[in-house]
Amino acid sequence: MRQKNSIATKIAAIPRNIFSGLVVSLIALPLSLGLAMACDAPPIAGVITSIVGGVIVAIFGGSYVTISGPGKGLVGVVLVAVSTLGLTTTYAAIICSGILLLILGFLRLGKLADYFPSSAIQGVLAAIGLIILGKQFHIMLGNKISRDNTIDYLIAIPKTIMKVFEYQDPGLINAAIAGVLSLIVMVFYSEIRNKYLQLIPAPMWIVICSVGFSYYCEFVLKISNPISEKYMIPNIPSLSEAVNDLPLPNFGSIYNIEFWGSVVALTLIASIESLLSIKAIDKLDPKKRRSNVNKDIKALGLATTISGLFGGLNVVTVIAPSSVNITNGGTNRLGNLFHALFLMIFILLFNSELTRIPLSALMAILVYTGYKLAAPEMIKRVFLIGKEQLIIFLSTLLVTLKIGLISGILAGLISTFIIHIIVNNSLGLFIKNIVKPNVLMYKEENGNYFISVKHFCSFLNFNKLKDKLSVIPEQNDVVIDFSMCGFVDHSVMENINDYQELFYKKGGNIEVIGMDLLGAKSGHPFALRKLLPISNLIKSGATKRQKDLEEVGLNFDLNFNSERLKKNGVLENFLFFKTKKIEYIYNRLSRGQNNLSVFDITFSEGEAIAKEVVRSTMLHINLSKEIPSFTLTKEGLLERFYALAGQKDISIPNQRDFSNRFYLSGEKKKEIQNFFDKKLVRFFESNSYYHVESNGSGLLIFNKERVASIKEIKQLLDFGMRLKTQILQK
Amino acid sequence: MSTTKFKKIGIGVAFSPNLKANIFEASRLALVMDSELVLVHVGEENEEKKATIDDHLASFSERKLKYSVLFLPGAPVDIILSAIKNYDIDLMILGALKRETFFKYYLGSIAREITRKADCSILLLINPSVDRVPCKHIVVNGLKDPKTKETINYAFYVGKKLNASRVTVVEEVGQDEFNIKVDDDKTLRQSTIIRERLMIRENMRVKKLLEEVPEEFSNGISVKSQPIFGKRGYSIGHYAQVVRADLLVMNAPIKTSFWDRLFPHDIEHILGELPTDVLIIR
Repeated sequence: MRQKNSIATKIAAIPRNIFSGLVVSLIALPLSLGLAMACDAPPIAGVITSIVGGVIVAIFGGSYVTISGPGKGLVGVVLVAVSTLGLTTTYAAIICSGILLLILGFLRLGKLADYFPSSAIQGVLAAIGLIILGKQFHIMLGNKISRDNTIDYLIAIPKTIMKVFEYQDPGLINAAIAGVLSLIVMVFYSEIRNKYLQLIPAPMWIVICSVGFSYYCEFVLKISNPISEKYMIPNIPSLSEAVNDLPLPNFGSIYNIEFWGSVVALTLIASIESLLSIKAIDKLDPKKRRSNVNKDIKALGLATTISGLFGGLNVVTVIAPSSVNITNGGTNRLGNLFHALFLMIFILLFNSELTRIPLSALMAILVYTGYKLAAPEMIKRVFLIGKEQLIIFLSTLLVTLKIGLISGILAGLISTFIIHIIVNNSLGLFIKNIVKPNVLMYKEENGNYFISVKHFCSFLNFNKLKDKLSVIPEQNDVVIDFSMCGFVDHSVMENINDYQELFYKKGGNIEVIGMDLLGAKSGHPFALRKLLPISNLIKSGATKRQKDLEEVGLNFDLNFNSERLKKNGVLENFLFFKTKKIEYIYNRLSRGQNNLSVFDITFSEGEAIAKEVVRSTMLHINLSKEIPSFTLTKEGLLERFYALAGQKDISIPNQRDFSNRFYLSGEKKKEIQNFFDKKLVRFFESNSYYHVESNGSGLLIFNKERVASIKEIKQLLDFGMRLKTQILQK
Repeated sequence: MSTTKFKKIGIGVAFSPNLKANIFEASRLALVMDSELVLVHVGEENEEKKATIDDHLASFSERKLKYSVLFLPGAPVDIILSAIKNYDIDLMILGALKRETFFKYYLGSIAREITRKADCSILLLINPSVDRVPCKHIVVNGLKDPKTKETINYAFYVGKKLNASRVTVVEEVGQDEFNIKVDDDKTLRQSTIIRERLMIRENMRVKKLLEEVPEEFSNGISVKSQPIFGKRGYSIGHYAQVVRADLLVMNAPIKTSFWDRLFPHDIEHILGELPTDVLIIR
């Protein structure tokens, strides 16, 4: 029955996916042409990449709504490869990198990208943005120049702008005008909110307008194309020509170290770009499916190999077309397949029309894409996370631009690691603990998952935490405890945040606790954290927990106070604290004068070497009437805390089950037995377990020997308030 | 099963600041276990040393503690190992060292070597104390291993003797036990089902083991079994730390070679990073 249903929904989804495939092909066509040209490859190579990628990945892939094609990240690598190795050898390198990617997929190394620190990846992407922007900016303005490296291209930008005003050749002036107009379209397209305008992506508008303009000149104005011939897209071969001129990959340099350098760089960048895109797109998937990353990598590897054989580039998962696919209703891989088929049709039908597109207009699209990758906002965002992240970002960026991509990634890894050592002032922390299986996971009795992380957690060993997180169904509640962890880095914080979003979308919840002792390097939620020296413990600025608690306070109509209080004056009256020393209470949510309050508490038991410091979260309720003193705990739990000598388990008549499950003690047996009437017993039996203690006029309620998560605090508050009503009704 | 599992308890004594605490811990243990205490000092005998030891033991000999003091010069590891053999010691107590910061404990090289080579049970103490610190919560491994049954019995036996109120049997479910890798929603569902099944199976197995624990040891102690997911041998220590257990009882390792130390697994992890007092049953 279910099977049938799913087939029916699949059939129903076909037209929507055909439509979204069409829209995607509209954006993919100009991007493919432009990216291929930016790589110094023939424009058709980009389209071949999209077609092969679309078909192969749609059939063999493991993700649902992604679109594959030539990636912008590859521009930097392919450009270098073409200039040093030549085009045919580059094809050979692409084929090899496809095979390498396939192997990575089979070895399940899709997670390789987890080992790269976030800021380093940002740096690489920004460098690629600058590579694209630097070179194409000149072509956009009709000033094709050639320089040795990207930095020289960037330096030459002001010169090119000045030069535009000195053009004598109207062909060049028109090319520059076309470029600037296209750039304006790209920049302001998203500002215009018009249903029909938005139906066609901005790059396609540029294509349509420029082709239309060209026809207008030819048939209405009867003049030849006003834009210089040099700045038009060169001839695009028809299908038969393309098949006849199939470039033969040249494997002659296979023993060359440069060749393999290119292969590795291509593979690295292709896998990183694909994985980042898949991760970002999974977040947008309306059906909230989890992509099979390794299957996708395998499919991309196969597609890359085939694409290389047919004269195409590396196939990667491309983010912009993928998101267009989703916004236009794409729900499965058919969108990818149809985008490839539509591209094929375009090339077959309109190959001569495409030569009417000015090169400068096409490059304006790339300039905008490059700018987006390296925009100043990016640097600002990195800076907000922390100054040290900016150092990582910039060193990766500069090395990538100056030397190359692999060196850039290495520089990012090394600088991140060095900064981590400096921040912690310890190399041993990492060396000693790197191989240790530092993550423990277990299911608590209430069905929550509890994960405790020891030592340190950074990009070096995040995969261990990730392995645990990825096997938890997203509908569950998870508590991640970092209280035994001395250092948590930015990559981990960001990745946990991604998981939190994922769980939240599917109805689960991830709560991070134990961060109170770890000081953040900045106010940003993704900032790296390290264990603070004791003297710095009292810090200014609210932690995330404190902000969350403040919000809980608003919901429950409670006042929030993060101040540390040494003495409370009330808690000491509870039996529980008879044998313990209250160090301080903090993060207090309260109502009235000690009427009701929830707080984090740090207390210790024992002294000197036997001293144990415990942090917990407790609820204290002041009752306006006298009740007998008692302690109610679960059998066998928590009594380690107690000086319960001489007090026996009090059983309530006719409530055997209750008496078996709970350990009830107190001095005045009769009064307690009277107090626990049927209603109250049922209340305790039907609610989740808490430890409850009465000192005659107040109640102390808690259930864990650790700080409670926000969700648990809400439950605790709810339980306490209902218990209070229950007792006051008597 | 005899009423006294550890007939002779041994302890190596060195004249360190911890001497008194070590002797007190060992003597208390010997008293509650009804065992004889053998104090081994690696070095020449002299009057002063003997007097110090006797002085510390005075309050215990009043309480009828049987003990003997051995002075054996030589290489520490060999001496202790041969003493264990020659004097039929059933349980050897070794003290741990503490790292300056962070309250982390580890085992010194001599103690480590003894732990690896000795063929008696070993108790590793992280925090010897002159005053008694109650032992309330014991964590014991529930590995699928022929030795586990005995280890669990010992845990209850020791628990009974030390008046512990809680024993948690921990089964470590290694990642390698589920062959299924989680790639997408489908494999996640499958692996969740397999994991649940594994947990039920493990719980059943542990339940069976628990049923075989003699009533005299288990009554009055509340029992819980807890499957955890992590690296075998290491994560149980992590768990003991999280739940703040007072004693961790473990099977003896099968064998340790040079490679095991280089790529530590099982017990080697615990030795490098003691979470709490550890009792290794052999």
